[in-house]
Amino acid sequence: MALVELRDLTKRYQTEAEIISVLEDVDLNIEAGEYLSLMGPSGSGKSTLLNLMAGLDQPDSGTITIDGSEITSLGPNRLADWRANHIGFVFQFYNLLPVLTAFQNVELPLLLTNLSKDERRERVEVALNVVNLSDRMEHYPRQLSGGQEQRVGIARAIVSDPVMILADEPTGDLDAASAEEILTLLERLHSEFNKTVLMVTHDQHAAERAHRKMYLEKGVLHQ
Amino acid sequence: MKHARLVWKNLTRNKRRSILTVLSVGVALFLFAALQSVLTALDATSEVGSESRLITRNATGIVFPLPEAYTQRLRAVDGVEAVSWANWFGGTYIDSRNYFAQFAVDEETFFSMYPEIQIAPAQLDAFNGEKSGTIVGQGLMERFGWSLGQTIVLQGTIFPGDWEFVIRGVYEPDNPSFGDENMYFHYDYLFENSGESATPGWFIVRPSDPNLATEVAARIDGSFENSSDPTQTETEKAFQAGFVTMWGNVGFLVRAIGTAVFFAILLVAANTMMMSSRERINEVAVLKTLGFRDGLLSRLVVAESLAISVVGGVLGLAAASVMLANNEMLGSILPGYTVLPSTMLQGLAIAVVLGLISGFVPAREAARLSVVDALRRVA
Repeated sequence: MALVELRDLTKRYQTEAEIISVLEDVDLNIEAGEYLSLMGPSGSGKSTLLNLMAGLDQPDSGTITIDGSEITSLGPNRLADWRANHIGFVFQFYNLLPVLTAFQNVELPLLLTNLSKDERRERVEVALNVVNLSDRMEHYPRQLSGGQEQRVGIARAIVSDPVMILADEPTGDLDAASAEEILTLLERLHSEFNKTVLMVTHDQHAAERAHRKMYLEKGVLHQ
Repeated sequence: MKHARLVWKNLTRNKRRSILTVLSVGVALFLFAALQSVLTALDATSEVGSESRLITRNATGIVFPLPEAYTQRLRAVDGVEAVSWANWFGGTYIDSRNYFAQFAVDEETFFSMYPEIQIAPAQLDAFNGEKSGTIVGQGLMERFGWSLGQTIVLQGTIFPGDWEFVIRGVYEPDNPSFGDENMYFHYDYLFENSGESATPGWFIVRPSDPNLATEVAARIDGSFENSSDPTQTETEKAFQAGFVTMWGNVGFLVRAIGTAVFFAILLVAANTMMMSSRERINEVAVLKTLGFRDGLLSRLVVAESLAISVVGGVLGLAAASVMLANNEMLGSILPGYTVLPSTMLQGLAIAVVLGLISGFVPAREAARLSVVDALRRVA
């Protein structure tokens, strides 16, 4: 059984004038340990697909099964718990909490666990070490560069050891050098830590780094 | 507890705003404590009067005196055991701001009527032996730094002229609400030095059976019904309560002000919490993405508003406790004025309610926030 199974996934948005079909009968299987990229023009439904897979949005029809759980049937609280345990989310604009240090930002997902303070510290230090930011633990986001902020964001995504990392245009707000660092880091998560990674991107170069490329256009997924 | 840091970080994110909100809640609770204590003191004042003493006054009004000759007629009323009288002097000590009550009393009968006034027998004897002698409360002695044997001069307002008194006794009340800032002196001294124009302001009557006080009061008023100065007699407790109502409907006024202040501060606090919450829509969406449940996020928001409200409340109430409790100036106007522990508890309860209500709307908004919409807005 695949790690991720999407079946007949359909999502539409109702505007005042019309109903817009964003995803149309999407089927997709992702095996554990795969590194995929998803491309497509703006408004093609890439982020919507990512949000559905993260349990942040509900489809109009179809099912999403990840690691044996059909998340489309879960209520809000169970979905939140499932997300905390299964998904690591990397945002385009990092979305770090400005009032927290790098350490405290990475620790956030662990506040939802029963880990002790020492255990949390140990895990956060490991995650920040993976992204090579051990020396920036006590820095606030405003004291970090864009690339460093995104690395903190990735450390936050992996700290709870999720089964899957969903990255929504992780290099979209970075210069070329920082983008390269992030792509290398994602690749390392896949190759060294055997993480399943799905990256949405506009960047052809970034998409080429993935081992499997997909293209979404007008709600239809081309694999 | 592990989420306390998040609450603290958000509270200190905009320190100026948080401090101002805390101060506004603090001022409101200070005001509450001050106003509530007025009500408490007024209630205590109306309770201080005795049910077993009757006050007979001119039916036209308390400011109209009664003939001294009524003394004998009162003593003759069936059921009356003892009669005394007093008059309001209304003098000024140095400055009109040094307000305190002065009563001209019949020394032979007055103090036996009032066991609440605790005075050393030797001092009472010294007072009785000197026409210009006076007995003052311990509070007055401390307030003006007086000493026994000292001569003080009051400027008469109702009875003009400079009036000299020698302090011969100091009393302490057995009940704080009775007040320890009163002054008592000889009625005869007032009578003789006023050109014999003074007459009793009111009579104090002790019925032989306190259970028959109402009947005795009716008998007294009945016996003066057709005289030139009809009387109105009631228990001292009712008289005190009526005296309190002469202030106007203070209770209503105080409660109305308190309620208005409460809602004003509630709106301020709620508005602050909503502003603070709206500024963090993106962060709430991120926390939801990380797996924070709606309920937990709501509790975090409420915890913030509770912290602001309770800290402000504690500060305001503590300030009230320090500044208002045992305040000499307030105590001289309203005997027994103090901030009671029950008032502090009520204030704390109001602070908690304020925090819960002001946090409710932003907490609900946080819980209902759509992650997808919030992140799209930011993007």
